[in-house]
Amino acid sequence: MSAHSAGQPAASARPLPPALAAGPLVRMAEGTVAMAQAELRKLRHDHLDIVTRSVQPLLWLFIFGTALRNNHVLATGAKDYRAYLAPGVMAQAAMFIAIFYGLSVIWERDVGQLQRLLATPLSRTSIVLGKAAGACVRALVQAVLLLIVLAATGIGLRWNVAGILGALAMLILGTASFACMSMLLASAVKERERFMGIGQLIMMPLFFASSALYPLSLMPGWLHVIARINPLTYEVQGLRQMLVGVGGSGEVWLDFLVVAGFFAVMLAAATRAYPKAIL
Amino acid sequence: MSDGPPALLIDDLVVRFGDLEAVGGVSFAVAPGEVFGLLGPNGAGKTTTIRVLTTLLRPSEGRALVAGYDVRAEPLAVRASIGYIPQAISVDGALTAFENLDFYGRVTGVPRRERRERIEEVVETMGLASMLDRLARTLSGGMLRRLEIASALLNRPQVLFLDEPTVGLDPTARRMVWERLAALREQAGTTILVTTHLMEEAERHCDRLGVIDNGRLVEQGEPAELIERHRADSLEEVFTSVTGRTLDSDGAEGEQEGRLSDVRAQRRTARRLG
Repeated sequence: MSAHSAGQPAASARPLPPALAAGPLVRMAEGTVAMAQAELRKLRHDHLDIVTRSVQPLLWLFIFGTALRNNHVLATGAKDYRAYLAPGVMAQAAMFIAIFYGLSVIWERDVGQLQRLLATPLSRTSIVLGKAAGACVRALVQAVLLLIVLAATGIGLRWNVAGILGALAMLILGTASFACMSMLLASAVKERERFMGIGQLIMMPLFFASSALYPLSLMPGWLHVIARINPLTYEVQGLRQMLVGVGGSGEVWLDFLVVAGFFAVMLAAATRAYPKAIL
Repeated sequence: MSDGPPALLIDDLVVRFGDLEAVGGVSFAVAPGEVFGLLGPNGAGKTTTIRVLTTLLRPSEGRALVAGYDVRAEPLAVRASIGYIPQAISVDGALTAFENLDFYGRVTGVPRRERRERIEEVVETMGLASMLDRLARTLSGGMLRRLEIASALLNRPQVLFLDEPTVGLDPTARRMVWERLAALREQAGTTILVTTHLMEEAERHCDRLGVIDNGRLVEQGEPAELIERHRADSLEEVFTSVTGRTLDSDGAEGEQEGRLSDVRAQRRTARRLG
């Protein structure tokens, strides 16, 4: 039987196995829910983690924010610099979670979970979406804790229900995008230590070359250009517009559009790259 | 053995990584309900062959049918028909045993109505009832293996792939794993493809064996038949006779703990070797 072809073999005429009885979309939705639920359950077994992670944005807000507020050095348009800063640290803390989420891909590859998952009928998109959902849940818990602290300390946000819901939606979209970016990176890097290094390398420029800490108008021309193509800028501006009401772009729909576009590209890229992580 | 079409049909399979040929023209068939062992040293091509059969890797040449589905043309149907347990730990340590079972039930397409019943079934088969609420990372190596096998049975696979299932286990846990696999095959008639480099296990627990060395299947048959054919006293001697080497060169590796650092080191080596 040496005359086999290296090209496409003919499909056999057998009926599909029962596990594929549901349509592809239903299976994708169920798979995503299963992945996300597993992530949630892991979070429930380790709730201390989310509390310790919530400290970092508070440090930014109350140390960095208070120091700059008292000097009135930044013309942000907001009465209290800490109110201006809050959406910035909210987005940054969420991005921090998301960017290092890809570490779990490397971990799961090293232990064998990834190989196992890829040999199930679970759709590749489900794997990526489910993981991204895990990052989003952590980011949401962190954001809600931050909002509670903001309310308790009387920092002047708008406290508008639609604004808060919109902001959380924006946060989910942004976090999912960066989580997908992280999985894309993890698929390419494959070594834990190197991944950590590259993650740090990406984090800091994304954070500083955005409107998280200061208005775009204060930036020199070259930095302004970088900040304009940085998706975090749009996420922060959207959040700020909806939570604070000033200091954003004023065009929330544009912010949503840019972040949604970024998400679509990252999701597609991560879905393609992820299965290759095991090679 | 049933007379139906083979559960596994591998025809002149070739896998190349660049210039390196990891699998060089392997052919064999496994009948439904059979326990087939792939025997060979590390780096022989066992894991690469399993990766092709589980659709993780596309073959460079040749054909492979799993449960009647072509791994290249119908990878999704193949994935829906198999269970696969890689060599390293594949359950999630941060979830409980029950949550792991529930998760794998969902992602392998077990219908919602049947999920609970199937979980009870595999818990019974693998003797897991007392540890369902424990986080998987607190389980012993033998318990973990049983949990993994249980999680791979939820979709009632036609073919179960086990890559070195007893590596890192103590003799009692090893015996337990094999007992459970024998019971499974008895009850459900599941076809099992297992890789091992432990001659004694291969001889005792497999219906048929394929000896794989340097990416080639150099011998295959029933254990007793192989020993007879090569006028040997043991499979050890058969292996030496067909490959000119002993398995002992890396035999000690199997006795190591299945710790993550070992696994990672092994994997790095495997990646380098292809």
